[in-house]
Amino acid sequence: MKIVIVNYGAGNIQSIKFALNRLGVEAILTDDETKIRSADKVIFPGVGEASSAMQKLKASGLDKVIPTLKQPVLGICLGMQLLCNTSEEGNTKGLGFFDVGVVKFSNSVKVPQIGWNQIQNLKSNLFEAVSENENMYLVHSYYAPLCKETIASSEYGLQYSSALQKDNFYGVQFHPEKSSTAGEQILKNFLNLTSNISNQIKR
Amino acid sequence: MLTKRIIPCLDIKNGRTVKGINFLDLRDAGDPVELAKFYSENGADELVFLDISATEERRKTLADLVLKVAETINIPFTVGGGISSVEDVEILLNNGADKVSINSSAVKNPQLINDLASKFGSQCIVVAIDAKLIDGNWKVHLVGGKVPTALDLFDWAKQVEKRGAGEILFTSMDNDGTKNGFANKALKKLSTQLNIPIIASGGAGKIHHFTDAFNIGKADAALAASVFHFKEITISELKNELQIQGIPVRK
Repeated sequence: MKIVIVNYGAGNIQSIKFALNRLGVEAILTDDETKIRSADKVIFPGVGEASSAMQKLKASGLDKVIPTLKQPVLGICLGMQLLCNTSEEGNTKGLGFFDVGVVKFSNSVKVPQIGWNQIQNLKSNLFEAVSENENMYLVHSYYAPLCKETIASSEYGLQYSSALQKDNFYGVQFHPEKSSTAGEQILKNFLNLTSNISNQIKR
Repeated sequence: MLTKRIIPCLDIKNGRTVKGINFLDLRDAGDPVELAKFYSENGADELVFLDISATEERRKTLADLVLKVAETINIPFTVGGGISSVEDVEILLNNGADKVSINSSAVKNPQLINDLASKFGSQCIVVAIDAKLIDGNWKVHLVGGKVPTALDLFDWAKQVEKRGAGEILFTSMDNDGTKNGFANKALKKLSTQLNIPIIASGGAGKIHHFTDAFNIGKADAALAASVFHFKEITISELKNELQIQGIPVRK
């Protein structure tokens, strides 16, 4: 199985590579379109600021490549947010794959949210063998509101989307690579997805 | 609901853990990677590595250590000690650190906080503040608490937040090492006046000290070293008790 981690110069991507190594999988870090298109699974990570990350994607042409991928794609943290329509962070357009706009947490809660929070209302094969209310590690100031593509929600002052799915695209706000054994299970589930995604949404 | 974090802190000198490590069941208690693995498998929510080396090879040794830790553990970790530039931070983050902690260098050059936050994002910038109560005022100290400054803890903390820090690690030097509990009054003031998470440090001795840091001090996380290293408190018994007290924890 060929796993590609999209390398577009956004933040710490070693962690995801190391997490996959611990699962016995070697991943390739690349920004090369051919290598990305030919991978069995694509991981789209991201740490940092949304508008500058979008600029980097545009500069490399990856903004056109990623939304047209056919294999399972997993966006993590900012990667998930960039797959949405827009982000309030730097007032940027996103890749427009998930039909929702990313907004900032209000000041009624501490921002950023840092730490372990529960994921609930799990609705995808991505969460096979993961318990309802399992704790995941999150670090973020912006969030995707609940929408029709929500496959997991969490509570931080309000209920928001901690995971999204549409067709072959999955997005998680939390960091499975830093979320202990439960996070590893989610990565394993992603690696085990087949490209036939037609019946993978359990609603 | 966001849980309260329990954070063991490992002091590192020349790539080895120092100060009060007494893990008889570890093959090599001085190996930070092995100790980190033990904590990550036993309920720690996060780890902090504080480098106290003074050698010239410090940077490289620390960068190598960060890489090994990142390869091994599956929970987040912060690295601090002697970090003073954007380049320092870049190396550590690229090697797999989740967050970096800066202290004296932020006081000497507050613009560093802005620079780091805009380049790497607030979420990975922790500012550590050591302070001591002098004539009724909390004064910020530098160089591991040796050098007093004129800075007021709360003024400095607000400035740090405004400049883009994602988190504050507050150590009360009056409480540190006493095992008599955290500085809950100052913690509560920090936690209510600021809108970023506050990590309590200094003074943990008993389980109820943690309960107090969360309930009275309103801390978002609590850090301790020797009580964990000497197994005076295990993380699992601590979390059991916190849960009984109605404090949300990850188990």
